[in-house]
Amino acid sequence: MGDFSPYDDNGGTVAAIAGQDYVLIACDSRLSTGSTILSRFTPKIYPLSKMTVFACSGFHADVLTLIKNLEVRMKLFIHEHGEEMSTKAVMALMLPTLYGRRFFPFYVRPIVAGLDRDGKGLVASYDPVGTPEFFDYVIQGSGENLVHPFLHNQIGAKRTLSDVPVQAPPGLTLDKAVKLLKDAFLAAAERDVYTGDTVTLVAMTAKGTETMEYQLRRD
Amino acid sequence: MATATFFDPESSGFQFDNYARNQQLVKQGIKPPKLMKTGTTTTAVIFKGGVVLGADTRATGGNIVMNKNCSKIHYLAKNMYCLGAGTAADTEYTTRLMAGKLELLAMSMRRIVPVKSAVRMLKQMLFRYQGHVSAALIVGGVDMLGPKIVSIAPHGSSDNAPYLAMGSGSIAAMSVLETNFRPDMTAEEAVKLVRDAINAGVTNDLFSGSNIDICVITIDGAQVIRPYEQNQPEVLKKANNYTFPRGTTTVLSQGVRKVDYHIVSTEIRKTDEEPMET
Repeated sequence: MGDFSPYDDNGGTVAAIAGQDYVLIACDSRLSTGSTILSRFTPKIYPLSKMTVFACSGFHADVLTLIKNLEVRMKLFIHEHGEEMSTKAVMALMLPTLYGRRFFPFYVRPIVAGLDRDGKGLVASYDPVGTPEFFDYVIQGSGENLVHPFLHNQIGAKRTLSDVPVQAPPGLTLDKAVKLLKDAFLAAAERDVYTGDTVTLVAMTAKGTETMEYQLRRD
Repeated sequence: MATATFFDPESSGFQFDNYARNQQLVKQGIKPPKLMKTGTTTTAVIFKGGVVLGADTRATGGNIVMNKNCSKIHYLAKNMYCLGAGTAADTEYTTRLMAGKLELLAMSMRRIVPVKSAVRMLKQMLFRYQGHVSAALIVGGVDMLGPKIVSIAPHGSSDNAPYLAMGSGSIAAMSVLETNFRPDMTAEEAVKLVRDAINAGVTNDLFSGSNIDICVITIDGAQVIRPYEQNQPEVLKKANNYTFPRGTTTVLSQGVRKVDYHIVSTEIRKTDEEPMET
């Protein structure tokens, strides 16, 4: 019993890109512990409302509990105000939810992504105790270190001293973003043992939500 | 009399010159570098008239795949091969050292070295290093006593059995061997069984993966099939082309310099070409 730990790491990678008129969220579907696979199809994207989704890697039990807590708060909000929480409000709600457990944190690497009331893409990522980061593209999880430089290069254009960004998000179309994230997960599955099986891409626009799925390595 | 030097490159065995210093560095909080572990699934099976050895080809360092096609079937002698799991350098050098010793032994004895001799030498070496040489081996071969496979754990203990599995994928592989193994199989049946066992490790163990290598040894000789099977190459199709256009990297400055060089040697050779007609 001395070796008991309340935490586990179930691996996996999640990522999101915020565009002018869309938001794209991606995750792999492998759930693992140690050297074994628990599930080949447990996608890490969870819809919270019509406008907002939640994507999270880390300790799966904590991920599920965190979502339950968020859903309770979001339901209370609807009863109190007669409308769904905005994406920005959900992003703000993450802070007390995570920091409230400062000394026994949820072992999670969350992303909140969605559209604002004008249909513009919003993305935020957090550390386990709630420090938020708002960028145009974010990655969390076991493949983070592999995918981050790729997106910095391809989206952030951090490869040149010239002033012209090549594919900065205002100019990055949804179609291109889908291809980029698909390739990012393909590459991550090649080299990260905790990422694999399938990649799920969720594209949100004012018109609606589209879900895509592609095979990844299963070994 | 020759003077004793601090570093004698002629002496055999491992050097421990930096041991005390490294211990001190760790105490000061410096993290020692990580070794590359071959997570690995390896299996061996005896069939009627020979042995089949099999291994995956993934090498990992932490959660990163370091090598997607490394060879884990090591040569020991003409009639003998060795499967290696554990620290990549340890399996590689232990088997290479033993291959040399076995060759010398074969020449001095003027006959094929029996598998059990190789096993004895390997386990005595591993025991001497008290498990610090982390090599988990399966030795397989055919000699005058027939086909034989033996597994050797890093501390030097060994196991004899008609079917064996080692490495992090051994649990998955052994479940296949336990259900499908039969004594006196044909070579084809044994190869199929080993393939299925390795494949179980490749798909179910995160630290095993990529291709499957197989080695079949009979009294007529050994045959290494590498790769025996390639794992899912079709998923590597990229949606985009990532060739950078010229000028992507900003040129800060340019210059031309003369590089001085010495002519170390010259050689004039006759080419195979016909002399030019005039």
